[in-house]
Amino acid sequence: MGVKRKSGGFVLRVNPILCDGFGHCGELAPDLVHIDEWGYPMITTQPVPLANLSALESARYAVRGCPRQALHIERTAETI
Amino acid sequence: MIAERTLPRVLHGASGRPLSLSQHESAFGASTSGPLLDHLEASGLTGRGGAAFPTYRKARLLREHRGHHKLVVVNAMEGEPAAHKDQTLLATNPHLVLDGARMLASTIGAKDIAVCVSRENVTTVNNLQRAIHERERRDERGVRFELHTPPQRYVAGEESALVHWLNDNESLPQYRARRPHVLRIGHAPALVDNAETCANVALIGRFGADWFRGVGTQRSPGSVLVSVSGAVERPHVLEVALGTPLRTVLRHGGADTDPQAVLLGGYGGSWLDAEHLDVALADETLVPLGASVGAGVVVVLARSGCGVAETQRIVRWMANESARQCGPCAFGLPALASDLAHLVNPGRDASDAYERLVERCGVINGRGACRHPDGVVRLVRSALRVFASDVEDHRRGHACAGSRSGRHYATVPHLEREEELVWE
Repeated sequence: MGVKRKSGGFVLRVNPILCDGFGHCGELAPDLVHIDEWGYPMITTQPVPLANLSALESARYAVRGCPRQALHIERTAETI
Repeated sequence: MIAERTLPRVLHGASGRPLSLSQHESAFGASTSGPLLDHLEASGLTGRGGAAFPTYRKARLLREHRGHHKLVVVNAMEGEPAAHKDQTLLATNPHLVLDGARMLASTIGAKDIAVCVSRENVTTVNNLQRAIHERERRDERGVRFELHTPPQRYVAGEESALVHWLNDNESLPQYRARRPHVLRIGHAPALVDNAETCANVALIGRFGADWFRGVGTQRSPGSVLVSVSGAVERPHVLEVALGTPLRTVLRHGGADTDPQAVLLGGYGGSWLDAEHLDVALADETLVPLGASVGAGVVVVLARSGCGVAETQRIVRWMANESARQCGPCAFGLPALASDLAHLVNPGRDASDAYERLVERCGVINGRGACRHPDGVVRLVRSALRVFASDVEDHRRGHACAGSRSGRHYATVPHLEREEELVWE
């Protein structure tokens, strides 16, 4: 069970209208999210391979930990 | 029928008064219906609202979209303070715009057409009301026109903000996770097109794609309405063929023919150095220079002006016009404006302000729900590029020659809520 190793990648995306800059995502997924000077997330736009399980897991934590539910994970066909 | 190579086209028949329905029909011939989509594809018409998206692709997307009820939205909001093209078009040929909207509606299978004009633009509201009334009296079957008057804000004319207004009476842009995104009013998919685009659609529907390609370039066919303002005798709207040299446009607009730079596209557009004035006004030649035709705005900056100061005034206004929904736009644009203000009136921290400005441009770009912050970043970056030597003067702590004259060229409306701009 758990995550199967798949080809393809994912991108963490934020709905900037919902986002209020709580900054939880920056702590839950520090490799994917940087917080700008006003507290809003700057997310890597490069797709991350799904095989990178720790990154995927942290992205999921960030999605679940967002108080405004502003984050979502988007699958992409290929990485890089 | 208008001859193939004559201009004006969409402003044909200008007499200072809007043409009535019968005058309109004798000037352009009766409205036709045919395989519009093929004509649109062959014509290569792109949206004239600023984004230059191919019109046929939008129409085809909506045509193939399922839904019993669909809508066509005519966008004549014109939030750009320097643009008057939709206003001029609707003061001349309101029925041409309505014809185009009607043809688009029958192509995609829509029964309702919403025409949107800013409520502060009273003359245009009246012109449209009269035109729609004339059509109702004619008892045209098939489509129903409805006039909507959202408030006058810069972002209110953004298509998702317009749809949001029609849904919930809130002129705020919406988040779209994927593009292209089909906007909906209620459950009904909506096709949003600029008023000038609709007028061109009406001409293509009547005279065909080959006629449309009679003026313009291979890759940017047709004509475009250009609003010339700034260092001109009086602000002016011209219809020119795409591909006309910018210098010719300025000459016809009665502008200063030896300017310092011109602002192209709109307040979210780019500055273009005067050394490129001989460039053809078409996207394929402007994009390599970092500019675009956009919404047809041309603001002429004379040599006695300061490009940095003009940019600062525009950015300050644009920051105030943000819908304040997204953090990077709500906080970032005022920060850009204050950095620019530190550059314009240089103090001890002018050099730091410049470095912050460059860094913040990179941070803000592409992080809003709509393209408002991206446009401002494009404007600031082009200003730093085009006015590089003036920026260098300001950084060193002495204002450039132009800023001492204290003359302003870009029209920036009075700020209503200036106090809200202070974030620091």
